[in-house]
Amino acid sequence: MKSAVLVFPGINRERDMARTLRLISGQEPAMVWHTETALPAGTDLVVIPGGFSYGDYLRCGAIAARAPIMDAVRAHAARGALVLAVCNGFQIACEAGLLPGVLMRNKALKFICKNIYLRVERSDTPFTRGYNAGQVVCVPTAHGEGNYVADAETIARLEGEGRVAFRYVAPDGTLDPQWNANGSTNAIAGILSEGRNVLGLMPHPENHVEAEIGLTDGRGLFAGLVDYFKQAA
Amino acid sequence: MKARVTVTLKSGILDPQGKAIEGALKSLGVDGVASVRQGKVFDIEIDGNDRAGAEARLKEAAEKLLANTVIENYRIEVSG
Repeated sequence: MKSAVLVFPGINRERDMARTLRLISGQEPAMVWHTETALPAGTDLVVIPGGFSYGDYLRCGAIAARAPIMDAVRAHAARGALVLAVCNGFQIACEAGLLPGVLMRNKALKFICKNIYLRVERSDTPFTRGYNAGQVVCVPTAHGEGNYVADAETIARLEGEGRVAFRYVAPDGTLDPQWNANGSTNAIAGILSEGRNVLGLMPHPENHVEAEIGLTDGRGLFAGLVDYFKQAA
Repeated sequence: MKARVTVTLKSGILDPQGKAIEGALKSLGVDGVASVRQGKVFDIEIDGNDRAGAEARLKEAAEKLLANTVIENYRIEVSG
């Protein structure tokens, strides 16, 4: 799996992401600066990592979404190739039009930095094949603006087409407003593009992949991706 | 030419920042505040004197960057 991690000014999770990709795929990811206009040849997976691109100026992800490299990312996605967008990456993907909707300020106005529980809604995508549908995973989250909002028509389409990949749930997997800390519509934590080749999610699975750190629940996402490309080869 | 683009949240979009400001105004004893919605103002200088051209460029700026039209409305004023 040849991966490319985008780097924008103000991003701070790119090294965590690169470490995880290296660890699980066994291949060194390319780090791609935002002023580039092309992705490295043969890139299988583009990753837009987390952080605070441009200090969250204007709107989270708004300026990064207009960076030169993003045309190449849109073309990559338009070909049906995979894009994983985490945290600020999710915000950037929404602003870039790769995914619908927008991430608004957390409902309770607090920056949320803690482990949370996600329910995997479907396992038949390249991103979630390492999990079972309905499985609950514990991963860290760290964001001030993760409250997913879209118009009613978009939400209905996402739900109808089965494009909600992850939801915030209680540890037992049930929906509970108390465990939807940022107030996202329908407890949405992660969504897929129409072609199911772009995944945006707020939490950080890349930070729960090594036993030394604690939990390894995030591993399934990356192991599933590596497996997907092995099967395709 | 001087221009101003005002970006505001669409009605129905939750504005927690506005709510927090509303609460703070109430706690300061500022009476009669029914509600607060927070927005953004961009003061922009445009080269030349072509008013229609300036409005067209500001519309482009608002659509492409200044506003996220999923959640925000914008208003353009060119003051000449």
